[in-house]
Amino acid sequence: MDFGSINPVLLIASLMVASTPILLAAIGELVVERSGVLNLGVEGMMIVGAVTGFIVTVETQSPALGFIAGALGATLLSLVFGVLTQVFLSNQVATGLGLTLFGLGISALMGQEYAQLRTPTSPRWEFFGLDELPVIGPIAFNQHPLVYLSLILVIFVWWFLKTTRSGMILRAVGENHDAAHALGYSVIGTRFAAIAFGGACAGLGGAFLSLVIVPQWTDGMTAGRGWIALAIVVFASWKAGRVLLGAYLFGGISVLQLNLQAAGIAIPVELLSMSPYLITILVLVIISSGRASASGQAPASLGRAFHASG
Amino acid sequence: MIRLEKRAAPSRIWAYLTPVVAVLATMVAGGALFALLGTDPWQAIRTIFWDPIFGEFAFYYRGQLLVKAGPLILIAVGLALGFKAGIWNIGAEGQYIIGAICGAAVGLAFYPMEARWLIFPLMVIAGAIGGFLWAMIPGILRTRFNTNEILVSLLLVYVAEQILAWMALGPLRNPEGAGFPGSRNLRNYESAANTELFAGTGMHWGVVAALIAVIFAYILLSRHLTGFHIRLTGESPRAARFAGVNPTRLVLFCLGVSGALAGLAGLFEVAGPSGQISIDFNVGYGFTAIIVAFLGRLHPVGILLAGLLMALTYIGGEAAQATLGLPAAAIQAFQGMLLFFLLGFDVLTNFRVRFGARAAA
Repeated sequence: MDFGSINPVLLIASLMVASTPILLAAIGELVVERSGVLNLGVEGMMIVGAVTGFIVTVETQSPALGFIAGALGATLLSLVFGVLTQVFLSNQVATGLGLTLFGLGISALMGQEYAQLRTPTSPRWEFFGLDELPVIGPIAFNQHPLVYLSLILVIFVWWFLKTTRSGMILRAVGENHDAAHALGYSVIGTRFAAIAFGGACAGLGGAFLSLVIVPQWTDGMTAGRGWIALAIVVFASWKAGRVLLGAYLFGGISVLQLNLQAAGIAIPVELLSMSPYLITILVLVIISSGRASASGQAPASLGRAFHASG
Repeated sequence: MIRLEKRAAPSRIWAYLTPVVAVLATMVAGGALFALLGTDPWQAIRTIFWDPIFGEFAFYYRGQLLVKAGPLILIAVGLALGFKAGIWNIGAEGQYIIGAICGAAVGLAFYPMEARWLIFPLMVIAGAIGGFLWAMIPGILRTRFNTNEILVSLLLVYVAEQILAWMALGPLRNPEGAGFPGSRNLRNYESAANTELFAGTGMHWGVVAALIAVIFAYILLSRHLTGFHIRLTGESPRAARFAGVNPTRLVLFCLGVSGALAGLAGLFEVAGPSGQISIDFNVGYGFTAIIVAFLGRLHPVGILLAGLLMALTYIGGEAAQATLGLPAAAIQAFQGMLLFFLLGFDVLTNFRVRFGARAAA
C-alpha cells in the first residue's frame, strides 16, 4: 500500500472532472423538479446523450458538435417524457422508469458499431500560463471547458430561480399548479421548457462521460450516475448551491476510491466500488431523517399531473 | 381542437383494451425501427411473435417460454402489489441477485451431500429470505427515516452487483474450476438442481411458484383486508389513513413480499436455467418485470399474460438475432417502447377525447 502515490492537488482536479456529469444532470433535474415534474429518466437521458455525443464526434471528428448532439439527443428523449406526462397525463414515476429502460436499450442499439472506436480529445483550457501556477493552476486554470460551463450553469440556475420573473413563475408552477394556472401562467408550457432543459443538461453530462472521462463507448457506461444525480437533488433540498456541494462530494468519493484501488489498499475492490452508492444511501438517510414526511422540502406539486378542467 | 375530458369513473373497456392497442402500436413502431436497421419489418415481427410458438422450431422455443416467463411473473406480481399502493420498489434486480446468492450459498454449503428433501427446500427458503432482507433495507429506511424508497432500492442494485462479483470471484468460486470465476454448477448437483418437471415444457419449480403467487395475489387483492388496504392507499392515501390503514406496515409488507418473490425468482434461476453464480448471471429480469407489471395493469391475471408475452419477445428476440442478425439491444429498446405506448394510451382509460371547441360552461 502506498498512499504517497495519491497527490492531493491532482485528486481535487480530477474530482472536479469526475463530478461534472453528475453535476450537470443534477442541476438540470433540479429545475425539472422545481417546476413540479419528477423525471426518473435521468439515467436514460444521460446514456442517450453519451451515445449520440460519441457517434457524432466519431463521424465529424469535432467534440464540440458531439456535445451539442449529446444535448440534443437527450432533449429529444426528454420531450417524449414531456408529451407522455404533460399531454397524455401518464404516471410520472412509471414514465421516468420507462425512459431509463428505453434509453439503455436504444443507446446499446445505436452504439454497437462504435464500441471499439476512439474520438479526438478536446483540449483543456490553459489560461495564458496561469495553469503553471502551483496547486491552484491544475485545479482552477487547467480544466475542460465543460467543467467551467457546469459551474456557470449552477450560478445561472441559482440566479434564475431566485431573482428572475420567469424563475418565479417556474417555482409557482411547481408549488401550486392550480393557482399558477388561475393566474394565467402556462403550466404545461413552463413544464415542457423545464423538462427540455433537464434533458439537455443530462445529455451534456452523458456526452462529457463518453468524450472526456472514459473516453469510449460501452453499454450502460453511465453506471447509475443518473440515479445518483436524482439522489443529489434530494440531498440538496432542491437548492442549486447544495447541488454543487453534493455532486463534488460524490465525485470526490468515486475518485478517492479509484485512487485507493490503484494504491493497492487492503480493502476488497468490490467494497470500494460499491462505496459511492452506499455513501449516497447513507447521506440520503441523514438528510431525510429529520423531516416530517418523505417528501420533505420538495415542491408541493412534485409528481402530480396537471389537467385544466372546466 | 382536441381536448381531454375526465371520466367520472375509469373506462372498463379501455382498461382491457389499452395493453392490446399498446402491443399493436409497438409492433408498428418496432417494425419501423427494424426497417431503419435494414431488416424486413414483416419478417422481424413474424420471427419475434409468431415463429417461436407456431414456427418450424417451435418445439424448442415453447419450452423456453415458461423458463423466461416464470421469473418475470414471479417478480412482477410482487412489484404490482407495491405499485398499486404507490410504493415503488424498483430494485427487484438487486433482490433477485441477493436471493440467488443466498440460495446458492446454502446449496453449495451442503455439497457434496445428497439429500434433496432437505437441501432444495432450504435453498428456496434462503433465497426468499435473502430477497426479503435486501428489500427490507429500503423498507426500514423509508418507514424509520423517511428516505425515498425509489432511490435506495435502485442504488442497492449496484451494491448487489458488486457483491455478486465478489461472490463469483471469491467465497463461492468453484474450487475445482481451474481458477475460472463462477461457482459450481448447481444443475450437476442433484440435491440442489431446479430440474424441469415435465420434459420439454420448460416447467420448473420457479414456474410453479409463479402460478401460486398469481393465485395468492389475486385472492389477496380481491378478498383480503390487506389487499383492500393496498388498493385504498393507492387510490386515496388520505382516505386510507382515516380508514385506519397503518402506512408503516403496508410499506414493509409490500416491499417484503416483492423482495421475497424476487429472491425466489433469483434462486430458481441460479439453481436451474442459469446453473451457477457468475459475474453476469443476472440478465435484467428485475427491470423487465416493471414493464410486465404495468403491461398486466397491476392485476395478477394480467401479469400472467403479460409475462408470457414479454417472455415471447425475449425468445423471439434471440431467434431474430440468430436468423436475421437483429442486434440483441433492439429487443430491449422494443420493450421500453412498449411501456411508453402503454402509459400513453392509458390516458383513454381515465379521459374521454373530445373534438371541437369547448362548450360554454
